[in-house]
Formats: sequence, C-alpha cells, structure tokens
Amino acid sequence: MAEVPPNLPHPNQPGEPAPGPISAAAGNPETAAADQAAGGTTVDPAIAARATAPALEMRAISKRFPGVVANDHIDLSIRPGEIHALLGENGAGKSTLMNILYGLLSPDEGEILLDGAVVEISSPSDAIARGIGMVHQHFKLVPVFSVAENIVLGNETMANAVFLDVRRSEGRIRALSQQLGFEIDPEAMVGDLSVGIQQRIEILKALYRGAKVLILDEPTAVLTPQETSEIFLVLRRLAGEGTSIVFISHKLNEVLEIADRITVIRRGRVVGQADPKTATEESLAEMMVGREVSLVVDKGPASPGEAVLTVEDLTVADDRGSIVVAGASFGVRAGEIFGLAGVAGNGQEELVEAINGLRKVTSGRVVLGGHDVTNDSSRSLSERGVAYIPGDRQRFGLVLPYPIEDNLVLTEYYHAPFSRFGVINERAISKRASELISQYDIRTPSGGLPASTLSGGNQQKVIVAREFSRDLVLLVADQPTRGIDVGSIEFIHRQIVAKRDAGIAVLLVSAELDEVLELSDRIGIMYRGQLVAILDASTAEKETIGLIMATGRAEVPA
Amino acid sequence: MTESANPGAAGLNVDATTLLGGGSLGRQAIVTGIAIVLGLLIGAVLIVLSGVIGPAQSFDPTLPIAGYAALLEGALGGPKAIANTLNSATPLIFTGLSVAFGFRAGLFNIGANGQLLVGGFCAAIVGTSVALPFPLAAIVAILAGGLGGALWGFIPGALKAWRGAHEVVTTIMLNSIAFLLLNLLASSIFKDQGATFPRTPDVLPGSVLPIILVNTRLHAGILIALATTFVVWFLLFKTTLGFEIRTVGANASAARYAGMRPAFITILTMSLAGALAGLGGTVEILGITKNYPAEYIVNFGFDGIAVALLGRAHPFGVVGAALLFGVMRAGAGAMQRATDIPVDIISIVQAVILLFVAAQIIIQQLLPAARPKGPVEPSAAAA
Repeated sequence: MAEVPPNLPHPNQPGEPAPGPISAAAGNPETAAADQAAGGTTVDPAIAARATAPALEMRAISKRFPGVVANDHIDLSIRPGEIHALLGENGAGKSTLMNILYGLLSPDEGEILLDGAVVEISSPSDAIARGIGMVHQHFKLVPVFSVAENIVLGNETMANAVFLDVRRSEGRIRALSQQLGFEIDPEAMVGDLSVGIQQRIEILKALYRGAKVLILDEPTAVLTPQETSEIFLVLRRLAGEGTSIVFISHKLNEVLEIADRITVIRRGRVVGQADPKTATEESLAEMMVGREVSLVVDKGPASPGEAVLTVEDLTVADDRGSIVVAGASFGVRAGEIFGLAGVAGNGQEELVEAINGLRKVTSGRVVLGGHDVTNDSSRSLSERGVAYIPGDRQRFGLVLPYPIEDNLVLTEYYHAPFSRFGVINERAISKRASELISQYDIRTPSGGLPASTLSGGNQQKVIVAREFSRDLVLLVADQPTRGIDVGSIEFIHRQIVAKRDAGIAVLLVSAELDEVLELSDRIGIMYRGQLVAILDASTAEKETIGLIMATGRAEVPA
Repeated sequence: MTESANPGAAGLNVDATTLLGGGSLGRQAIVTGIAIVLGLLIGAVLIVLSGVIGPAQSFDPTLPIAGYAALLEGALGGPKAIANTLNSATPLIFTGLSVAFGFRAGLFNIGANGQLLVGGFCAAIVGTSVALPFPLAAIVAILAGGLGGALWGFIPGALKAWRGAHEVVTTIMLNSIAFLLLNLLASSIFKDQGATFPRTPDVLPGSVLPIILVNTRLHAGILIALATTFVVWFLLFKTTLGFEIRTVGANASAARYAGMRPAFITILTMSLAGALAGLGGTVEILGITKNYPAEYIVNFGFDGIAVALLGRAHPFGVVGAALLFGVMRAGAGAMQRATDIPVDIISIVQAVILLFVAAQIIIQQLLPAARPKGPVEPSAAAA
C-alpha cells in the first residue's frame, strides 16, 4: 500500500516532511534555479561525487521492425542529476529507444543498467517500480478525473483496504507539489486545466511514484513560450535534486538552453555527443540531419499580384457559440505570404476553419478570386484550388488507421486517375503515393502501412505532400511545421516559398513567431478575435509584434 | 491536449470502429480461429457437466466428442443437412452484412431485426399482389423487400444526421415499432381470411424462390446472399462511396476536411444497411415461410450483430461467420436428438466465441503471434 516501494530509496517520499535534499531546495528555490541557469557551475558536492557513475546506461541497444532498423547498437549513459538531451530527426529512433527504456518495447539486442546492475524492463509498471518515469508527448490523463485521482490512478491509497482514500492522497500530492513549487490544486478537474499544467501533473505523477530517471518526450511541443521557460525552471530544480532527466527534442535552441549533455541520433545510430557550451544550432543541425542545414529561410522579395483571398468583416463563433473572431478583415494577394501571428487561442484557428468551410461564418464575407465563397463547402473550395494544412493533423489531416497511400489522396480520391465512374484505381493511387513518398522523403518501409505507424513529422509530411501536389490558387497552412525536425522544417519552408514564387497566395498561421517573421511578406496580428494590426514583414520588429500579440496595442498601456 | 479532444470519436462510435482496427487480416483470422477453438473447448467442458447434472447423471469425458460429431453430422452429413445449414445461414449473412456495413461508417445498427421484418413484410405483400411469371415477380418482390428495409434504416439515419439522436436508441425502439405494427397489419388489413392463425396470404408462385438442390429445401436465397456479399465488398473497398463511408467511420472530422458529407453518408449507410437486412427478411419469406405470420418472432437481426463481430465487419468474414452459425444452428437439434445434450449449449458456445473475439486482448496475451507488430512511435500509438 506504500506509494513508493520501500526498496527504492528516494528523496521524494511523498508527504514526508523529513529534511531531504528536496525540502532544502524547496525552501530556497530561487537560488537553486539561479545557480543552474547561470550555467550549472556550482554543483552540490554530493551530486558531483556521484556524477562519475552513471545512474542509467543503455548498452548496444538494437531494435528492428519489418523493413527498418529503428535502433542500431545505441549507447546512452545518463548521470545522476543531469539533463541529457536526446536529439534527432523525426523517425530517427529516439522514441523507440525511450519506449525500450520504459518497457513498452523489448530490445532485440543490448542491455540496460540501472545503478550499475543489469536490469530487465518488461513493462511500464516494471520501469516505474525501478524508478523510471515517462511523460509522453500526448498526455495520458483522464480529463473528467481530478488531479489527485489522475496521479494515484493505478496506485491508489486505500482506506481499510476497501475504499479509496482520496483525502490522504490529496494531502501527499499537495505537499509534493509545494515542494516542487507547482501551484496545483489536487481537487481540480484535469479537463479544466491548461496544457502546461497538465504536463506538470504528468511530471508530478512520475515523481509521486518515485521516479529518479524522468523521460520527457518532446515536452515543449505543446507549450507556449512562457510555459516552456516555466517548465525549464522546474526541470533545472529537479536535476538539482538529483533526478536524471532525458529530454527528447528536435528543437535546437531549447536543447542548447536546457541540456547538460547532448546525444545526437540519426537513422537509428548515435552520431555523436555534443557539449551545449560549445555547440551551436548550426553544428547540431548538421549532426542531426547529416548535411548542412540552412536555418534561415532563403527567399527573395515578393512580387504580389491581385488579391486572391479577401476576408471582409468576418465573425465566427466557436463550438460553444461565443464569438471568437469578431469582424476580421484582410486580403491575401497572389504571390505573397500573409502571416497571421497571435498568442494561441485568439481566434486564428476558428478563422482558418471558417475560411476553409469547416466552420460556419456568422457574418461577413469570404471572397476567393472574385467569387463569394462564404460558407461554401470544403469540397467546393478545394475544387477552386484551396489547399489547407490543418493545425490539428491527427484530427483533420489524416485518417490514422488508413494506409499512407490512401491518406496521400484523401482530398483527391474522387478525381481521375485515382477513380473513374466511382470505382477506385488502386494502381494509380499506389503510383502517386510512391512518387510523393520519395519526393517528400516520407520515412516508411511501405506506403501500405497505416499512417499511425509514422512519426509525427512524417505524418505532417504526408499532409504537406498531398496538399502541395495539387493545382493551387490559395494555400492555407496552419502550424505547417508543428512538431517536426529542422531538416523537414527547412524543406517545408522552401516549398512554401516556392509556392509563393509560383504565384500562389499563401495564408500562414503559426504559433512560432520566428516562423511567421521569417516566412511572411506581410503580418497580421490577431488579438481577442480581432485583427489589430497588419505590418510589413521587412520592417516589422519582433518586439513590436510580441507586444501587440500580448496587449493588442503597439504601446505599453499606461 | 488529452486524447478526449477528438469529438469525432465519442460514445459508442468508438466501440463500433475499434472492432475493425485489429491489425492485418491474417492476424484477425488467427485471433478469430483461436476464439472458435476456445469456444468449443469451453463448450466441451459444459457438455461434460451437462452429462453429470442431466437425466443420465453420468460423468462421460467422451460426451463432447460424441456431441460435436452428432452436430457435424446433423449440419453437414448429406445434402439435406447441408441444405438446412445453408438455409439457416442465409438470413444471417444478410443481417451480418447489414450490421457490418453500419460498423464501417461508425454506426451501431441494432435495428437489423426491425428492418428485416419490414423488408419481409413488404416482400410478402408485393408477392401476393404481383401476378407476373417467375423471375419478374420475384425480382419485384425482392426490390420491395429491400426498399422496405431501406426505409426502416433511413429513419434512424436521418434522425442521427439531422437531430443527433443516437442510432442505438432509435433502432432499438424501431425494432419494437416494426414488430408490433406488422403484427397489427398481418392480423387485420392484410390477414389471410382462410388461415387458422393470423398471417398474410401466401405469395403467388411467381414470387417464390425456387429450390436449387433437388430433394432438399435449399432455396435460391443463398445465391442472392453470396451475390450481395460480393456487391457489398466491392462497394466498401473498391468505390469512392465506400472510401467515404469508411473514412466517416474512421475519422469523421477528417472526412469533413476532405470534403465528404458525414451527414449524408450516415443517412445513406443506414438506409443501405436497412436494405440489406430487409433482403434477409425477403429471402426468408419468399424462400421458407411464403407468408408473413403475425407474431413473426425471429432473432436474425441480433444474431447478425454477433455474425458481424465474428466476421470482423468484413463481408467475406460475415459469410464465414454466418456459415459457422448455420452449422451450429442446423446441427444443434441433431446433437440433442442423438446425445441428450441440450441445444442451449450451442448458444453458450456461440456466446463464448464472441466473448473471446471481443476480448481479443486475452488471446493476444496467450499467443505472442497474435500481438500487433510494427514501428509504433508514442505519438502515433497514443492516437
């Protein structure tokens, strides 16, 4: 009934007021965080002494799947209290390696050592019992349960061995969350909390079960920049307590900022280690991709033509019926990229869905090439040459159980040559699919496999390949590079610029301000459902845009 | 966001579509085969137990062998037995196809029974009034039966698409409505005045499905069922309409994004599912009963759910499952006559098989070969 198995000595005994290292630091979090942020040069001598022996070692791990070698003799060692970044492209084998460590997959070869002893990890519960915790990119939380219920799920505190003792669990969770400096109410319903808080609950869940090695799979992919810097502080503090952290990412700047050491994986192999003090984004990108990568979008000046898309005084409601786009007006011309910037949740998503016929327009007009297309169906817009890369790829962009091939024709299946007189031509679909798979470098052993077998970045490439290969007038790209690696980002950015140069109007929405700044010719800023400013990208300053995004105005309010 | 963020996969639709996703056809066949074997083994234990507590009160470990042998003999021993088996399987093929077709679009058609009754009734009425020579009258009656079933499927489809009423609730209610309404009609307006028990008049000879194997009762319904199976398979897997139906079932949001019309597909799918069930009633009336009896109590629609599950909602799988059920149904009587094993044991065997199919994870634990394989990234696995 003990939440932490007694044979696992760990400072984070929940609810234990004993003076462990964590409570010492919790009493003085600023200093601990500041030490770490300053470069981590001042290290607790106890940790320094232990740092020589790795807390965790993976030796010559290999894992093969039909048609791919996902992991090819990978070595990885994690020291106590270190933040170790695992860097690699989508599909490089990072997630496979971590799934092996977490007991979700068993390796074909190789061994895992914990504190110097060889261990066999055959299931996640095995991993948890050995002090390994994992926070998945897609959280595994029950939205209708409270924070406490989620944290104790599968590890419940019982009263009289019959009833759940939620009160006692809540007390322990409250204590633990205070030690960590989290402000989390154990009684709150998880579904009501923000993504950033949900992630902390996942971390709390792992620590509650006594994790001393914490795996974070692309933890920042779903976070706002503000939430990202907050979670970094938390990770620093945890590492300061001696928790080892494996940080999986493909975001170079973040890896450089947070990691103590970096291991780079490419196509299933370790290509090298990097020291964040000396490495640069360029050098890491090159290691990761295997060639020189341009991190700056290379594009000439735009030569815009006539207006292709005109949005007039558009008002759109969200699913609950509240107005989230309130009278937005703008135009996108042929041969230009119009970027929509804004903090997530200011109406961009609904605006784009309304333009693409997926959401009803309450009032206002959408005009495409002189035709009023307000509230037209997605099919008729697609026929007019509108391509849409949806922001939520797994919800809108893909049918995950379908073969990759079918997903590559999802918006064109009813056209010749993919079908004639309503009968599908599988050969034509396969042919198109193999062309796109090689052209867009979609990493898969076969186009006949379900799209669910692809990594996130390759799923995104499927959508991009499909939408870019059609005859276009207008391209609407919502978060076109969310969750994908630098090599693919570079590729997709080039494709977008090439579409612009071919005279196509591009409407770009991105939560990454840098992406909007680098790609766009003009930038519109959304704030509380209104387009509060339209700026020329060549003269716009990042700080100004950030300020308008945050306040809706270019000047600091008095 | 948490996984519940996908409103397209809410409620019972999850159940309907998760039944389809179980990896490759080969693996599904393995799992189903093991489920059948386990069902028969547990049935064997029950047969031994039935010997102990039954009239003979004897412990006879060979009883299952004798029982299953008698069952097989009764179902497959000779042309008459095979004819009975095929006749038993025929309506199940239709209702199985009906339920499977709905599953593909993410719809749980519990209403196959009502649709079958309405289809059968329409065929019976048209069959008594169209005085054409054989193939023509039968074709008209069959079309009428299909249309009747389609109407009974259209109603829940439209209620779902336009008003958001869940098809499980509406189809269950429509089953009762169909049964009681047709009772009333068959014992009043459409009653055969000369008959002792209330029923509709016998259909005219031009509408009766002919016997296709001499000296047996095997009627042409099985041929219609097999042809329909092929049509359904082609429609689902080789046409753009089938692509749309399956896309709506797999991810309604993506279907909308791709320019499909989920509401239209829902109505169409339910109507076609209704037509399939209606055809099942039609061949049963035109081939076996020749009239629609009041209090026409049949279970084909509900057995169709079982058949669709066992057949993994694939048309060919449905035929296999319906034939298996046909064997069990047709052989159960012979088994009881030969060995005193109660017929109900066979219902239990069927139920156990279904249980193992539904809970395939149990089988995957037992047999590593049945486990899903493939490079699965956590982001994809979470979806």
